[in-house]
Amino acid sequence: MKPKPKFFAVMLLGMTVTAGSAHAAGTHPVTGEALAEHQVFTYRVLDEHSSVDPQIVEDVSGSDIVRDLFEGLMNQDAQGRLVPGVATGYSVSDDRLTYTFTLRDDAKWSNGDPVVAGDFVYAWRRAVNPELASPYSWFMELMSIVNAARIIAGDVPVDELGVSAQDDGTLVVSLAQPLPYFPQMVTHATTFPVNPAVVEAHGADWTNPENIVSNGAYVLTEHIPNERSVRERNPMYWDAENVILEKTVALVINDENTALTRWLAGELDRTEVPAGQFPRLRKEHPDEAISFPRLCNYYYTFNLSESGPEAFKDVRVRKALGLAVDRRIITENILAGGQIEAFTFTPAATANFEVPDVEIASMSQSERDARARSLLAEAGYGPDNPLKFEMIYNTSESHKRIAVAMSQMWKQKLGVETTLANKEWKTFLEVRANQDFELARGAWCGDYNEASTFLDLLTSPSGYNDGKYSNAMVDDLMTSAKTANDTQAIYAKVEQVIADEVPIIPIYHYAGVYMLDSDVGGWPINNIEQNWYSKDLYKIAD
Amino acid sequence: MTAYIVRRVLVAVPTLVILIFACFFLMQVAPGGPFTSERPLPPQVLANIEARYGLDQPLWKQMWDYLVGIVTRFDFGPSFAYRDRDVNDIIAQGFPVTLTYGLISFAVATFAGMGIGVAAAVRHNTWLDYIAVGATFSAQALPNFVMAPILVIVFTWQLGWLPGGGWNGGQWQYLVMPVIALSTSYVASITRITRSSMLETLNSDFIRTARAKGLPEHRVIWRHAMKPAMLPVVSYLGPTFVAMITGSVVIDVYFSTGGIGRAYVDSALNRDYAVMLGVTILYGGLTVLFNLLVDVAYAWLDPKIRY
Repeated sequence: MKPKPKFFAVMLLGMTVTAGSAHAAGTHPVTGEALAEHQVFTYRVLDEHSSVDPQIVEDVSGSDIVRDLFEGLMNQDAQGRLVPGVATGYSVSDDRLTYTFTLRDDAKWSNGDPVVAGDFVYAWRRAVNPELASPYSWFMELMSIVNAARIIAGDVPVDELGVSAQDDGTLVVSLAQPLPYFPQMVTHATTFPVNPAVVEAHGADWTNPENIVSNGAYVLTEHIPNERSVRERNPMYWDAENVILEKTVALVINDENTALTRWLAGELDRTEVPAGQFPRLRKEHPDEAISFPRLCNYYYTFNLSESGPEAFKDVRVRKALGLAVDRRIITENILAGGQIEAFTFTPAATANFEVPDVEIASMSQSERDARARSLLAEAGYGPDNPLKFEMIYNTSESHKRIAVAMSQMWKQKLGVETTLANKEWKTFLEVRANQDFELARGAWCGDYNEASTFLDLLTSPSGYNDGKYSNAMVDDLMTSAKTANDTQAIYAKVEQVIADEVPIIPIYHYAGVYMLDSDVGGWPINNIEQNWYSKDLYKIAD
Repeated sequence: MTAYIVRRVLVAVPTLVILIFACFFLMQVAPGGPFTSERPLPPQVLANIEARYGLDQPLWKQMWDYLVGIVTRFDFGPSFAYRDRDVNDIIAQGFPVTLTYGLISFAVATFAGMGIGVAAAVRHNTWLDYIAVGATFSAQALPNFVMAPILVIVFTWQLGWLPGGGWNGGQWQYLVMPVIALSTSYVASITRITRSSMLETLNSDFIRTARAKGLPEHRVIWRHAMKPAMLPVVSYLGPTFVAMITGSVVIDVYFSTGGIGRAYVDSALNRDYAVMLGVTILYGGLTVLFNLLVDVAYAWLDPKIRY
């Protein structure tokens, strides 16, 4: 991130203004593709979303809906780059502690009210208000906004939050410390505005379709919990004339195989591909089975705390176990959906991050296995004294297959005896958070597109560091990265330390694996966070 | 009889209270809580949330407030997983769905099961009997979680006749597959019970007497054999009815019906305490009610039974 002052011109990537809003049955203004008569996009979601209240929503499927209903200061384009949203641009003070956003004057709520800076102030204060008790209030703290933490703790009144409206068109944000990736964070749902009058009038019911007022490209028109939610084009949206898709329907389908059948039957435009089925589907539907990197990792963490096993305190043991896992078998034979073998914690697709040359990545698997055997022997484990431990994962067919494969690899190559234990999700989280395990599965998806969203997990103060790995050098490096201009060198060094000390075993980096109808245009495959906006999609005529 | 019913209703109250207590404390024993997540909440945020829902109170106080809420306001509490809905909303939305497909499946299972069962017994050891027995065995061996995806593959994908899921206000197209999937194994069970009970009845002395009197066969079956043969069927139907109208998580998962079965399982996985309690009370109340109805029906069917 280059945190120098800059202004975004009001320029919409890939969307030049064309006459009228009646795109249906016309052609796409940029690509020239013939557009379908019915501009409806239907996709599958696994579960009912948590909420469509921007300050409450905490799940991916809810955020996907919120991103259509509400518009924040900034949006992302198909590549994940920042483009103007309600704000036309921003400037940063020299000390990098004050951001001033200029809001467009034609942004409107779906009831016709203008969107003003005060709406953002109201929403941001709402996010940290202990009375609302938002499960995502920590995001405001992560944004380093002045007083956020103290307001959440109830020590300071809500109106002391470091955000203010200079006038209706100017929003000023004060940070407690410079944060290079701050502008990226205002594309997150928690920071989206709400209409104060509507929230006050309806309380918790303000998000019901009959009450909700939103400022995004779509309005919520129907919501049947556990069945469907429907959003339709918002004619009051400032850029409504460039919105092509009329309607987006999210159907809750719990079973992924049923969802796939329904996709095959033409009921859905998009669904996820169940593990292992991608190669077959790709053969049968080459244009519609797609796979692309995601901003998530999959790993196993050693318990390095006091309660952890003595054996894992020996770096040679950790290294041997890490080396002996043949990632290729897992990504190519078990998952088979374009997942990427991982030798670092941070996915290669992360913005401004280049995977450093860690030694393990350049070795062949047989070299890794040989090294693993000698390391484990050095540590004193062998046929007479086999290494034994328990590995836990949360109940899921693919987690189980991966765990079984790993334990087999260790058994065959190193003579290690592992016990597998699957645990129901909440039990698993509790056990892991209490360091009541030996080796545990972990996975993490980035909150923003920057390496620190991953690497912060391995610092001592992190609340998510369930393995209790602690290395003063990593802590210092990560602290310095918060204010540094060149972060790549720092992150490379941290990854190097992790590769040497192996507090975790990176297994693979996620891929998004979808069946996507070939008549859906504009899907942002290159947006690694998969922040998609219905306003950028369109249906192509058959 | 009236005294018996009153007595049973009075016993039901402590039964339900014990159920609530047991459920309440078992939930607390389960590891994790409603706000345990992969991204652990900072302690202060967690404290704010717990304060909002009164979870920072001692357990006895939470329990008391909960009971007072039910008795005074008929309020079964909030949902922790879904902020904009409370337990009453969740039940009001899911239960009618489940009730609809449950009632229809029950009717289908009862009529088909009893009809086939009686026919098979009356035509004992004929091709009809063999087909009925063979079909019920296969149907019982086919669990609904296998049947549901097969139905979707055949009727939605291959034939394109029916929508693959959803509810749409309960239009008939959306009901067909859930009803088939839910009722099939019950049809099989009811057929088997009816058949064997009917066979036993048809071999008893009073039927021989009725036949000896020269009564026509249909009169023997409908007037004399039917009532006693129904006793074991009725005792099976009570709990079956409750099981069917309180829904099936399998049906909800495979057909996205939005019924209460799925909400119940979700509440357990989410540790959504109040939802779990609310649905448990609903299930418990219905179970108590229908056991009572079965017992009353017994007295009507069998004059030997006296209360």
